[in-house]
Amino acid sequence: MSRAPVRSWTELKPARATRVPEGLWLRCPACAQMIYRKQMESNLHCCPECDHHFRIGAVERVRQLLDDGSFVSMFTNLFTNDPLKFVDSRPYKDRLAKEQERTGEDEGVQCGEGFIKGRAVMLCVLDLNFFMGTLSSVVGEKITRSIEYATERDLPMVIVSASGGARMQESGLSLMQMAKTAAALARFDDAGGLYISVLTDPTTGGVTASFAMLGDVILAEPRALIGFAGPRVIKQTIRQDLPEGFQTSEFLLDAGMVDRVVPRRELRNEIARLIDFANK
Amino acid sequence: MALVYTLDFEKPLNRLEAQIESLERGERPDDLPPEKDASTLRKEHTQLLRRLYSGLTPWDTVRVARHPKRPQSRDYISMICKDFCELHGDRRFREDPAIITGFGRIGSIKCLIVGHHKGRDTQEKLACHFGCAHPEGYRKALLKMQLAAKFRLPIVTFVDTPGAYPGIGAEQRGQAEAIAVNLREMSRLKTPIVSIVIGEGGSGGALGIAVADRVAMLEHAWYSVISPEGCAAILWKEANEKNNNAAAEALHLTARENKRLGIIDAIIKEPLGGAHRDPLKSADNLRKWIIEQLDELRRIKPETLPARRYERFRNLGKFTERPLPADDA
Ligand SMILES: [Zn+2]
Repeated sequence: MSRAPVRSWTELKPARATRVPEGLWLRCPACAQMIYRKQMESNLHCCPECDHHFRIGAVERVRQLLDDGSFVSMFTNLFTNDPLKFVDSRPYKDRLAKEQERTGEDEGVQCGEGFIKGRAVMLCVLDLNFFMGTLSSVVGEKITRSIEYATERDLPMVIVSASGGARMQESGLSLMQMAKTAAALARFDDAGGLYISVLTDPTTGGVTASFAMLGDVILAEPRALIGFAGPRVIKQTIRQDLPEGFQTSEFLLDAGMVDRVVPRRELRNEIARLIDFANK
Repeated sequence: MALVYTLDFEKPLNRLEAQIESLERGERPDDLPPEKDASTLRKEHTQLLRRLYSGLTPWDTVRVARHPKRPQSRDYISMICKDFCELHGDRRFREDPAIITGFGRIGSIKCLIVGHHKGRDTQEKLACHFGCAHPEGYRKALLKMQLAAKFRLPIVTFVDTPGAYPGIGAEQRGQAEAIAVNLREMSRLKTPIVSIVIGEGGSGGALGIAVADRVAMLEHAWYSVISPEGCAAILWKEANEKNNNAAAEALHLTARENKRLGIIDAIIKEPLGGAHRDPLKSADNLRKWIIEQLDELRRIKPETLPARRYERFRNLGKFTERPLPADDA
């Protein structure tokens, strides 16, 4: 089986550039071909030429993964309220308002029940479009409630991660969401629940170091960036160049850290198959 | 009395300390007014120290927490533990000296002690990566904690790390997975766990050994999702004195702020002028708090501890909850 060429760090897009430029045509960042946007979008947001997986937001991910019209959104009554009155160059409140206006979403995660090829699941999807999918109190709370809901009903739990890590503007409260979600997963595990974690580009920091790496089965989309520390920090610390393909899905597969690297078009099938194997 | 290493905000103390030292040597400094003697100078020194330390900014606190003379895990273990029996290795990859584990007695209580260790001399610091543990350190900690749970020994952890080590091998061997597994497994250990942030509580690397029934901080320790410098570099675009100050303030990383947010349960007093001025006193405060907590926790059925611990962490986080609209309920 031939594997697509692994990109080095320097070729990876900066973390901020999550949105694909507007226009009828766009250049694929992986193969540099001009591609027709509509064609890319109808191909699950993958390049029709080289299968490069474009980053997608949570709403699009839910649409792709679940059976048509089966998603029931939950815990939509929780709102972020700037508990630390955090101000850097701009107040957190303003940043939040801007993200909300830009995306039309309240926070960086979609949670709810739905079906994957007829199988009931509890699904959480972190939203890269909103504050880089970072872990706020609300995101942590919604994921925890989802896990608790799945525990009560013995639903398979699927979490799709895409995140810049912790939400710095909530400091210690953000950090505690790592312990909270991990502890909820311990109870889910005690109850015999099946948890499938799907890692997508990029999954980093506190999200990786909590629920993302705790799947009974861990799947990763091809060539996603997955790691704990950011490459810049690592480079500064060790004062060495990083190896080719460092912290990609394929690197983690070789390191024994993920179960399978799964292309986007196969995700639904693979998740359904795993649910069947686990007798859920 | 003079410390080899002086923090900026402690500089006003230097002149007094020099004068006191001269008097102790039997020399009288020329600039000393005749009515002052060693005892009045010591009183002034104490007053100044009290004033300086009661008005520490969050960034000053971070610097106190990093003071090179500040007692570390190994120092506290030697001061408060009897019969410490160190246990090494994760049985998987290698021994990581950045996390110490071992059996010991605190007062009359037999327990397992786990602590980040930064190292004292250059060689030790390099071996410990300045307190930044690798995955094997976190896995060793978990292996020994599970051992403690098996024998119903309570667990005491000392947190003192700038963060988990960022390196190629650490990523390859699953730094994130090692921390994540510790968070999950510590939450369900059927034995009492108490954690104390004794110096630096840097992010996931700190939390990786701090999912406990009771969490405390020493008065001048810090605990946060990121270091002030890391935060300044990202949100203020540059880590410098001014931005680090602002970031330290914004991150609410002091013991008092963490207590206010419910992240920790208690603040353990440090001797006047910080733990580095009187390590024995600091160790004594630490020991008293640990024994008090363990005495309480030992009265709770171990089987019920995970549920209580879950509630503790379950309630952390701040947000607004509105009633669900009728059609959404
Ligand atoms: Zn392409």
